[in-house]
Amino acid sequence: MTFSQINQILFEGFGVTCELFFLTLVFALPLGLLISFGSMAKLRPIAWVFRTIVWIIRGTPLMLQLFVIFYVPGFLLGRSPFAEIDNGRFIAALIAFVINYACYFSEIYRGGIESIPKGQYEAGAVLGLTKTQTFFHIVLMQVVKRILAPMSNEVITLVKDTSLARVIAVAEIFFINEMSLLSKGLIWPLFYIGVFFLLFVGVLTVLFNYLERKLSYYKV
Amino acid sequence: MAYLEVTNLRKSFGKTEVLRGIDFSMERGEVVAVIGASGGGKTTFLRCLNFLERADLGDILINDEKEGLAFSATAGYSDRQIRQMRLSFGLVFQSFNLFPQYTALKNVLLPMNLRAAEAIRKNKGISFSQRRAERKAAYAENGVRAKELLAEVGLADKMGHYPCELSGGQQQRVAIARALAQSPAILCFDEPTSALDPLLTAEVLHVIRELKEAGHTMIVVTHEMKFAREVADRVVFFADGNIEEEGAPEEVFDHPKSEKTRAFFAQSLE
Ligand SMILES: Nc1ncnc2c1ncn2[C@@H]1O[C@H](COP(=O)(O)OP(=O)(O)OP(=O)(O)O)[C@@H](O)[C@H]1O
Ligand SMILES: [Mg+2]
Repeated sequence: MTFSQINQILFEGFGVTCELFFLTLVFALPLGLLISFGSMAKLRPIAWVFRTIVWIIRGTPLMLQLFVIFYVPGFLLGRSPFAEIDNGRFIAALIAFVINYACYFSEIYRGGIESIPKGQYEAGAVLGLTKTQTFFHIVLMQVVKRILAPMSNEVITLVKDTSLARVIAVAEIFFINEMSLLSKGLIWPLFYIGVFFLLFVGVLTVLFNYLERKLSYYKV
Repeated sequence: MAYLEVTNLRKSFGKTEVLRGIDFSMERGEVVAVIGASGGGKTTFLRCLNFLERADLGDILINDEKEGLAFSATAGYSDRQIRQMRLSFGLVFQSFNLFPQYTALKNVLLPMNLRAAEAIRKNKGISFSQRRAERKAAYAENGVRAKELLAEVGLADKMGHYPCELSGGQQQRVAIARALAQSPAILCFDEPTSALDPLLTAEVLHVIRELKEAGHTMIVVTHEMKFAREVADRVVFFADGNIEEEGAPEEVFDHPKSEKTRAFFAQSLE
């Protein structure tokens, strides 16, 4: 196999890895916010339901969740909905990742939201603002600043967690590598993959540092 | 009828009765200093006026040709009504509660603009472009007003500063400007200088004096006895959820009638 062939194979895997990463973020970031609202709901039973879901998702391995999402609907319905669509495996993985990460994000959001002093909400209220205005115009940016560090941790973990998708045979980079290269006795692409992850995480680190600097114009 | 009339205001937290039937009234342009020992219910009183707490019982009445407003603590109100009623009472907090991510100017301006935007949004009778034009006009007007207010509290040269770049006294003055921007019928202060050292205290008290000159109606909860004596038209002494004594500053300070008032002064002199 020529270098360019290998390159092409690996890039395909990178593509899937990146897709899984970005799509997970796109869906999990807002979903996490909804879950965090749920887990802070004034109505106790609602908060209880959401916190239980979060507890279950955070308390079990992501690998287990991948298996459950991929296989259980098939058992229940008699035929797997994921088998009937083109990239069903990818979609199953995406669902598992989104749920898993939304739960982790929701806890970070909740911590951030609850760390905002009550006085900020009260100031908004006294000034005649609605709860929605107070949240979006006053509280939210402060929350973002506070959660940036834990979020960057979580996002970097996600980059590496994408490789778990291989357990349901999603053609992400490790799966592709094992199928097409490792099985043919090629070891060095593993280092290639290592470099890819290092670069990926490096870019994210720079990005988060930039955001942190962007938001450091004020102190709380 | 007095400008503000509060009758039989009651509030309990669980079993603790914090306000035991407050009757309070004040005239337009009057400055009332509220003093009293810790835990007497002073903060709770202001918070009930502002609807940050819902009183259990009582009536609050503002007699103002423009604001004319009466509400009963026990009635059910929509969020919108509560927001409307709140605007009649400005509140300046002990801990300022400025929005740290915004400049002094934006701290004053943002709430004005959000209120304007909300009011325009609620006006269903106009077209989209009319609405946009109205919003633009309101924002421009608010911008001018916000700058005027900051200049009034002596911060004309600090408008672009963030709260973390301002001294405590300056922050509190921004908070005062922010509260003034809603043109409240009554401006309330909850120990506005307790978080400040004496020098900064003086500059905030100076601003409050000027507001009095300008004719603002104010309730000031304070531990600054000297200030209360000099600036207040009337002093109200809170003890254990009741108004124990009230009157002109000379009367209350120099000839306190109640045992509790005397005990409080004796203690605060120590
Ligand atoms: N949210 C609350 N829940 C329970 N108890 C409360 C609450 N807010 C106030 N209290 C109680 O109400 C009483 C009166 O409190 P308040 O803050 O009104 O007193 P204060 O006169 O302002 O005192 P200070 O001079 O210390 O500010 C206190 O005993 C306090 O513990
Ligand atoms: Mg108090």
